[in-house]
This record gives sequence, structure tokens and C-alpha cells, in this order.
Amino acid sequence: MKIKSNSPSSDEVGFRFLWDSERSYVAAAIEISGITKRFGEFEALRGVDLRIEQGEFFALLGPNGAGKSTLINLLAGLLQPTSGNIRIMGHDVQTDYQRARSALGVVPQELVFDPFFNVREMLRFQAGYFGRGPENDAWVDEVIEGLGLTDKAHTNMRKLSGGMKRRALIAQALAHKPPVIVLDEPTAGVDVELRQMLWAFIQKLNQQGHTIILTTHYLEEAETLCERVAMMKQGRIVALDTTRALLKSHAAKQLSLRLAGALPTQLQSLLKQQNGDEVVLALSELSQVEMVLSVLREANVAIQDMQLQEADLEDVFLNLVGNQKGAQA
Amino acid sequence: MKWLNPFFWLDDKVSPRWRGVYTLFKKELLRFWRVAFQTIASPILTALLYLLIFSHVLESHVKVYDQVSYTAFLVPGLMMMSLLQNAFANSSSSLIQSKVMGNIVFLLLTPINTLEFFAAFLAASMIRGLLVGLSIYLVALCFVSVPTVYPGWIIAFALLGSALLGTFGIIAGIWADKFDQMAAFQNFVIMPLTFLSGVFYSIHSLPPFWQAVSQLNPFFYMIDGFRYGFFGHGDVSPWLSLAVVGSFLLALAWLCLKMLKSGYKLRS
Repeated sequence: MKIKSNSPSSDEVGFRFLWDSERSYVAAAIEISGITKRFGEFEALRGVDLRIEQGEFFALLGPNGAGKSTLINLLAGLLQPTSGNIRIMGHDVQTDYQRARSALGVVPQELVFDPFFNVREMLRFQAGYFGRGPENDAWVDEVIEGLGLTDKAHTNMRKLSGGMKRRALIAQALAHKPPVIVLDEPTAGVDVELRQMLWAFIQKLNQQGHTIILTTHYLEEAETLCERVAMMKQGRIVALDTTRALLKSHAAKQLSLRLAGALPTQLQSLLKQQNGDEVVLALSELSQVEMVLSVLREANVAIQDMQLQEADLEDVFLNLVGNQKGAQA
Repeated sequence: MKWLNPFFWLDDKVSPRWRGVYTLFKKELLRFWRVAFQTIASPILTALLYLLIFSHVLESHVKVYDQVSYTAFLVPGLMMMSLLQNAFANSSSSLIQSKVMGNIVFLLLTPINTLEFFAAFLAASMIRGLLVGLSIYLVALCFVSVPTVYPGWIIAFALLGSALLGTFGIIAGIWADKFDQMAAFQNFVIMPLTFLSGVFYSIHSLPPFWQAVSQLNPFFYMIDGFRYGFFGHGDVSPWLSLAVVGSFLLALAWLCLKMLKSGYKLRS
């Protein structure tokens, strides 16, 4: 078990610390053990194990139908697992569901809202369901301001634009100040301004000690924000590592060249793509550049243009799970 | 705008342990209060139209109990009918709307337990039903004198009836997936049972076969027991009505709690 020291910021978000008899440790934000979920004959999750530590900014990626939303619904208690168990901040989502749910804030993927109330009322109700009263109003105001909803705080939910509804939806998940926040594709179909505002606010929460779990279609967001990434495919986790390690181990660098002659046969094994005199070579290490240049020099093939591209998370994603056409995160 | 929130004096006083159920109850109450024209005023008007039309047409033709005019006889029946229909409508419409619009997820994500969920929806439904019933009584007093011989029975059957239909509404709201299923439930179950329960007549005026059929209708016992509280006369003993209504309430509450606990149609 990974040992973490108590940080002052943890107290700010009301984390619960668990202790054993020999040494103190902080419970994992999320601990998933052997989870399977069947819908009739279809097996949506096939034995998923995952541990996310407190304070992490974690990405859960995978193509549509990989099982991400099923896993999130199991975390939230909206679905019951076929087998296995899940703990949130040390509390089992089945047997100790009240504490587990109190520790969790989930932003649903669908744009849902209650048409009877305004934004501030909805946030207060949501906090109230979790036992938070007027003492929580300052936090509700902070969320409203942080997500740019101040002007709309007294506007009825049904009168908000799509982007504003999305902000209100995110605010609802944060209303009770949960230590673990799950964002299920929060930026789907929203403008750049909201995305930047949202990520600035979420990063601030993460710095204060909140654990963030993110699923997104925008892989560059996951690459920029998340320290660790899990990639799912057909109900299984196929990759789980730090973003940096995944980029290093799975993604090749790309060397794009425009040549004055034919590509020498020694370099054919590196060829990834060719379009006329333009070739793209896949390199596993930077040192291979020198070898490529040397072979071209010996073959008297002149280089008219050259570009070296770093691999990104999309390359890793396509490499691991994106063999199917139209794969998405 | 404090009048929009009748709870402003209570908000600071509720302990965190009870705040979840209190908030849900408050939200359910405000939900119908915000559209009071539709949820309170409209059923009162409908009941008064029934009262005016039926009493005008039948007052001189129908005599049910000695020394009780037909118009006075109608008032408790119309009160109870509206009370039952509105208690049912409150919980059922709130749940089906939340399910169809998807915002039920905000409730399902919370630590509110089965009993609290049930209690909050039930209490709000009962209050709407009682509010409509009481309003009809107060407005009817402008037109006709209605005695209250046994107020205890009136209160007991008003509470039990609103609780029974509030519970029935939660069950229907959980079961129905679409608005038309809910409309079918209302039009083919609730409406016939209320209209055929003795709202407009005493079952003693029916042929023996239909008297026997009426006694299989639990709504009959709610209305008859309620009316007994006003006039001291009923078609059956109020104790029998109490036993039937109480048993039905316990059975439906048990079923409703079981559905909620298992996550039927809410958590799969």
C-alpha cells in the first residue's frame, strides 16, 4: 500500500483518514477490486482493478463502449456491480454507501437540470442533501464565482444557455465540497472560454487536495492536466501509468522528411507513411535521428525539409486502443 | 422574496443528520408551491364546479341522510376526492418528471437513505393533498353549512388517505418510464376508483351487486370514514374503514420501501 503523509490541505476538504494498528495511512481516494458488470449476456466490465490516490489528477480514457461510464456509474452507486467491490475514501459503495457518496461529486455526461429552481437554489438543495446547511453558502458562492455563474445565480435553470447549463451541472457536483470529484466528459460541446475557466477552477481544487478523475474526448486536456492515465478497452484496463511513462514507453517520435531521392532500403523498416517525396519515419529513440541522417548521407539522398515531432497521448491511445476506426476517448 | 420560501425560519435550526431529508421535503414542497395556481387553485376550482353543478341539478332529487342536504353530503366526498388525487399527483408527477428529464440522478447520488427518500416525498404529497382538501372545505362553507360531528375521524382519514395516495404516487412514479404510462395509471386506475367510491352517492342507493363491488374498492372506505367524521353517519363502521385503509397503507408502504431499497427502475 502506498504510504502518504497527511498534508495540511487535506483538512480543508474534510478528508477522512483511516488508520490501521501498525502505521497510519491515508485511504485511497478510489479503490476498485475485481469489478465485473454484466448486462444480460453483455459483459461491460471484466475484472477491473484500479487504485487512485488522494490528491491525484487522473484520466480515464477509452473508446466509446470501453466501460468508462459503467465504471463511473458503479462508483456513484447508480449501478450495482455483478462482482467485486469499490471503496471511496475507504468506504464501500455498497455497505457504507452514505459515507462513500458523501465523499464523491459526480458531473454527469448528460445535460440534466431541474426546471423549477434557479441556480443558487439548486446548489443549496444539492448541498443540503449531503447534510450541508447555511454554513456551506460561502462555498456555494465560491463555486458560482469560480465557474462564472455569478450573473446567472438567480436565473431559472431552464432559461440558461447550453454552456451555462453545463457550468451549473458542474457546480452541482461540487456543491457539497466533495474530496473526490468525477468529471465525465465535462467539456463535451463547450466553448474555449468555459474550458479554460473550468480547468483553472478544477486545477485550483486539485491543488487544495481534491482528487480529480476525468474522462474526456480531448486527449490534449488529459495530457496537460493529468498525472496518471488509465486506458480502457472492451471492459478492461489495458494501460495504467503516469502520463510521462506512457508517452515514453508506447509512443514513437516521428521524423518527417522531404527527400530529393528514393528512401534507402536500410530505412524501409522505419517507414510509417509516404506521400510522394515526403516520408514519415517512426523512431523509438532520439539517437536514431543520427543513424537516419548518416544512411541518407551515404546514399547521397539530399534532404529538402525535415521536421521532428514529439509523440502525444493521442499516439499512445491509438497505439493501445485505437486500432478500430473512429475510436474516441 | 422570503414569502417564496416558507422555511426561512427553519433553515438554520435543522441538524446535519436530518438536513438531507429536510432539504428533499422542502424542495418537494416548494416544487408544487411555485406552481400553486396549477397545483392548488386549479383542483379547488374543479371541485367547486362539481359542487355547484351537482348540487344545482340533484339537490331536490336526492336525499341521502336525514337532516343532511345533498349539497352538504357532497362536500366531504369532493374534499376527499381532491385530497386523494392531489396527494397522488404530487409524488407521481415529481418522480416521473425527474426520471424523464434525468435530474433524478442528483438525488440518487446523495447519501439520502430509502426511508428518508420515502418520508420526504410522502410528507410533501400529504401536505398538498391536505391543503387542497382544507381549501375546498373553507370555500364550500361560503355556500353550504357542513357539520363536523367527529373531528378526530376527519383528521384521521384525511391523514391516512393522503398518506395512502402519496405512497401510491411514489410507486407509480418509480414504475412508470413515460408520461403516457403515468397518464394511463391516473385515468384507468385512480380516476375510476375515486369516482366509483361514493363521492357523489351513498352505496346504499346502488343495487346489491354493485354495493358488494363498491366494498372491494379501498377508496370507498377512505371517503366513507371521512364522511362519517362530518355527519356521524356512514355506509359502514368507521372502525372497519380505519382497518381497511390502515392495512392498505401498510401494504403499499412496505411495497414502496422494498422497491426503493432494491433500486427497482432507479438503480440497475
